[in-house]
Amino acid sequence: MNKLDIEITERCNNNCIHCHVNLPAADPVARKRELSTDDLKNILKEAVSLGCLTVRFTGGEPFLREDFAELYVFSRKLGLRVLICTNATLITERLANLFSQIPPLEEIEITVYGMRGSSYETITHNPGSFQAAWQGINLLLKYKIPFGVKQALLPPNRNEMEEFENWAATIPWMHKPPQYSIFYQLRRDRDKRKNARIRKCRVSAQEGLRILTRRKDAYIKEMREFCSKFIRPRGNILFSCGAGAGSVCVDAYGFLKPCMMLGPKDCIYDLRKGSLTDALENFFPKLRQIKAKDIDYLSRCARCFLKGLCQQCPAKSWSEHGRLDKPVAYYCEIAHAQAVYLGLIQKDEKAWEVKGWQERVSKFMRAKFRR
Amino acid sequence: MEKKAHLDRVYKVSDDVVAREIQGEFILIPVTSGIADMEDEIFALNETGKAIWHRLDGTRTLKEVVEDLSLEFSGSTENIRNDALGLVGELLKRKMVV
Repeated sequence: MNKLDIEITERCNNNCIHCHVNLPAADPVARKRELSTDDLKNILKEAVSLGCLTVRFTGGEPFLREDFAELYVFSRKLGLRVLICTNATLITERLANLFSQIPPLEEIEITVYGMRGSSYETITHNPGSFQAAWQGINLLLKYKIPFGVKQALLPPNRNEMEEFENWAATIPWMHKPPQYSIFYQLRRDRDKRKNARIRKCRVSAQEGLRILTRRKDAYIKEMREFCSKFIRPRGNILFSCGAGAGSVCVDAYGFLKPCMMLGPKDCIYDLRKGSLTDALENFFPKLRQIKAKDIDYLSRCARCFLKGLCQQCPAKSWSEHGRLDKPVAYYCEIAHAQAVYLGLIQKDEKAWEVKGWQERVSKFMRAKFRR
Repeated sequence: MEKKAHLDRVYKVSDDVVAREIQGEFILIPVTSGIADMEDEIFALNETGKAIWHRLDGTRTLKEVVEDLSLEFSGSTENIRNDALGLVGELLKRKMVV
């Protein structure tokens, strides 16, 4: 096991319209259920004994935890590299100074929601969050703490891409253009009201394609790399995504999963009743053998060669349908739109009906793109 | 800070470094800033390096460490001495030993 993802809280001080995780910062039930400091330390110690080199602290907003600094220092003194995913609004002078004294060894990942207060806070629903985020970012710059930024692309900030990228280019550690979240997934708790809100944030497949291909050469290059490694029919084994192999996730309540977004009980392992070692040796290998049963999945996804382009996975199927093996139409449309653009399939063709897909992929890998 | 190792000096591994063995590789991970060059912050040691590291306990001179290593490793004492001086010099530069 080389990497451990720990969602140390689901709570967040923002209430972003697109978020698939967040609970209110002061949610008393969530707070009571969260793993204690000692629980987390024990998990970290066991992870280190299993060879883990990197821990990712995520959430919610990880800096909401009052014991964050303690967990952070503990992790670093175990010899872990620490990656932190944050909205930056809660970065204080004290935290920045801590990162300066004990560097994380991984760039902090900051998600930005807009380049001005009006767009930013329309998304976060948290007055003052824009200024707080920029304050946090400026503290990291002041103390020279390496970080990278990415943006959640949403209707309120969609026309700020150029401004965002120009600003991102000024950050000393950003050596390539920032990434964007575009195709939002639904919540693992399947909250109907919040899922309805997320669906409204989703771009169409064509709009998504337009955003992805705005830097055509870089897109084609990335797709060729992806296709050379991942494109093929996924077959009926559900966890062909590689989740749980090499890195594992612990949610805020001590449930270990191959992927943080998984929800169903038979896919999660209660660390409060077992151990990382047992989960890795016994539970995950069994999980990776699970096969799809749904007829639609077997006739479509299992045969479709667009694996690598398509975001279909057990976790997303769970969020959409409440089961692990149902095709998610949204991701199917996006994958097909990309495949048409790349010349892998014809318009209106269904990738799972294509015979001789290997030849199409070879042709794509050799093609010269002009546009 | 002294960056050249000397055989008559006693060296100790820094408290600000964590040594870990992962999948057969022995690596040194800095904890605090100022340790190592952060551009290349994971420092891996081979078997000889690992053996030297474990002996830098603040109680014996580097000369005594070399003598001890000569009993364990084949190879000439001169080679072991040069390896020890070279490694400790690098570790001094990175403030991984004191």
